[in-house]
Amino acid sequence: MHAEALSDPSGAAATLSTEKHNNVLVLLTTSSAVAMFSLPWLTLAPNRLVSGQPLRLVSLLQAPWPLSAGVVIAAVVTLVGLSLSGPGRRTLWVMLAGVMGLLPVLCWLAGAQASVAAQTASSAARASVGGGFWGLFGLLVLLMAELLQRLRLPPLLRSLSGLTTAALVGGLLYAGACDNLSIMKEFANRSDVFWSALVRHALIVAVSLGLTLVIGLPLGALSHRQRAVRRALMPVLNVLQTIPSIALFGLLMAPLAWLGNAVPLLGQSGLSGVGLAPAVIALTLYGMLPVVRGVLTGLAEVPPGVLQAARSMGLSGGQALRWVAWPLALPVVLAGVRTAAVQLVGLAAVAALIGSGGLGAIMFEGLFSAAQDVVLLAVLPIVGMGILVDGVFSTLARMTRLARVRALATGARHPA
Amino acid sequence: MRLKLVHNVWQMATSGLLWAVLLLAGLVLWLPHAQPLFHALFPLLERPVYTQEPFALLLWEHCQLVALSSAAAVLLGTGLGVAVTRPSGQPFKSVVDSCVALGQVVPPVAVLALAVPVIGFGPGPALLALALYGLLPVVQGAVQGLAGVPVGLRQAALGLGMTPLQCLLRVEAPLALPVWLAGVRTSVIINIGTAAIASTVGAKTLGSPIIVGLGGFNTAYVLQGAVLVGLLAVVVDLAFEQSLQRVTRYARH
Repeated sequence: MHAEALSDPSGAAATLSTEKHNNVLVLLTTSSAVAMFSLPWLTLAPNRLVSGQPLRLVSLLQAPWPLSAGVVIAAVVTLVGLSLSGPGRRTLWVMLAGVMGLLPVLCWLAGAQASVAAQTASSAARASVGGGFWGLFGLLVLLMAELLQRLRLPPLLRSLSGLTTAALVGGLLYAGACDNLSIMKEFANRSDVFWSALVRHALIVAVSLGLTLVIGLPLGALSHRQRAVRRALMPVLNVLQTIPSIALFGLLMAPLAWLGNAVPLLGQSGLSGVGLAPAVIALTLYGMLPVVRGVLTGLAEVPPGVLQAARSMGLSGGQALRWVAWPLALPVVLAGVRTAAVQLVGLAAVAALIGSGGLGAIMFEGLFSAAQDVVLLAVLPIVGMGILVDGVFSTLARMTRLARVRALATGARHPA
Repeated sequence: MRLKLVHNVWQMATSGLLWAVLLLAGLVLWLPHAQPLFHALFPLLERPVYTQEPFALLLWEHCQLVALSSAAAVLLGTGLGVAVTRPSGQPFKSVVDSCVALGQVVPPVAVLALAVPVIGFGPGPALLALALYGLLPVVQGAVQGLAGVPVGLRQAALGLGMTPLQCLLRVEAPLALPVWLAGVRTSVIINIGTAAIASTVGAKTLGSPIIVGLGGFNTAYVLQGAVLVGLLAVVVDLAFEQSLQRVTRYARH
């Protein structure tokens, strides 16, 4: 059997892989169906403090509820059927279109059901989406990713289809289709707080990332040239990265509070144990390791022959670094920056514990008052911000890598 | 033999791990008696040393939470990683990859916050959140490690007559070990930090003094908790560093 597989690896593997790939689709569609049928879809509570009565999607098929629930059930069942049928390329396209259409329909349906619930109950009543909704939504997103990969679409088209679906869902939310859902009510209750928290969160991340880059990039370049600097710096950064965020915030608190008191000028300019200063300092320290490591790896990967060629063409050491080494190292450096940026988005949420504000403040408020929708209201934008930052930096890295390949292939016509 | 023992002890003594462990143990035992020092450091605070629970108990509970959740994460994650690198599970690799990629943009503290409404307050949600979040680095380490084994080696092992299981245990696993161990290390270190934050959801950990101190403007409590949590993370990281060195030496042979 192994001998057979070895003698004709390509053919056997190819038939095997189409068959097995359908198994993945079957797994995703059937788990979507299971999540839809077995988990609570909607939870109705008389007010925001008590836990509500869970309802499954199948029990929402009768009269007062919007009948389009039937459409969603039918669509998911059809997806299961299509995945079982051993889909060809055309069927995969149909499935992709179906999933992309279904995602906004889910949000619209939940919103419409919440509106019906609002008409029949008191104004304090809350309708929140339950595990069935989130499970189905998440699995459909995974299914969409799998279909996009299976159809071998170019990266740009993949991002575009993701953005289109996100825009459709965002448009529905903006148009108020889901305003009667509990999470949107929480949003309406604190929309001004929400936006300022969002801006502050982004600001904390941007300032600390900026500081990380301003310090980390030269530091990385220096430790690339000076072995002694590298030997001294890397263990320190490693230990810093090891120390848990909340501990680092705590360790910075006492010295900063003391410094703020001891030097009035610093205290007046906002330096104290709590708030923005310890958050930004701690986040800057955290971002340092991925950035410096990225610079080191990137510069180490530059082929020595290229540098020698640059030097023999008359470039000075600094010029060679500026015009040859940096552009070649850029994709790896950007990968490090991306790791740092994604980390900082999450760590900025923890920083709310020491009073820096941001989306983490809303999250912990919801956590301490056991209000799930308030937690979600903060967590969803944090995750969204993470995905956005991740996408931006990985696109940048891909673009620079392409440019590097092109430059190496054509033999660098520019002064580079 | 005797020389080897002496050599090992010498290595431990110079490695820093031993000193870090001793420092952590010493601090845990000494801090309850450190009233005079903290009175001097924080003259404005009435009770400058956290005494609600003994630090030793907090350390024990913290380690328990991390050990249990990490064990679950390592077992499940390694199983998943092995499954998707087998020929029959290969197609599922892309789904697992997308899950891992998506999971990495979700901060651990968010997983913690979302687990509370589902299970309620206490160590339960902390355990679940830690195990779930700790899964990602382990899966990533296992997949990268096993996928990094050259195809030729696998085929050679199979050609020599090994069963797929023998090939996995004797050829692939030892080669994948360093990368896998690095994944486990990341997972455990993240869990130590998240366990500290888990005291916000009612678990008793070394994070409790920090959270209590932040709530009551008691910087001394925060400092005590922070030093212990930070030191615990450093100790565990050093232990991983040593075993990683041993493993890579073993893998090179």
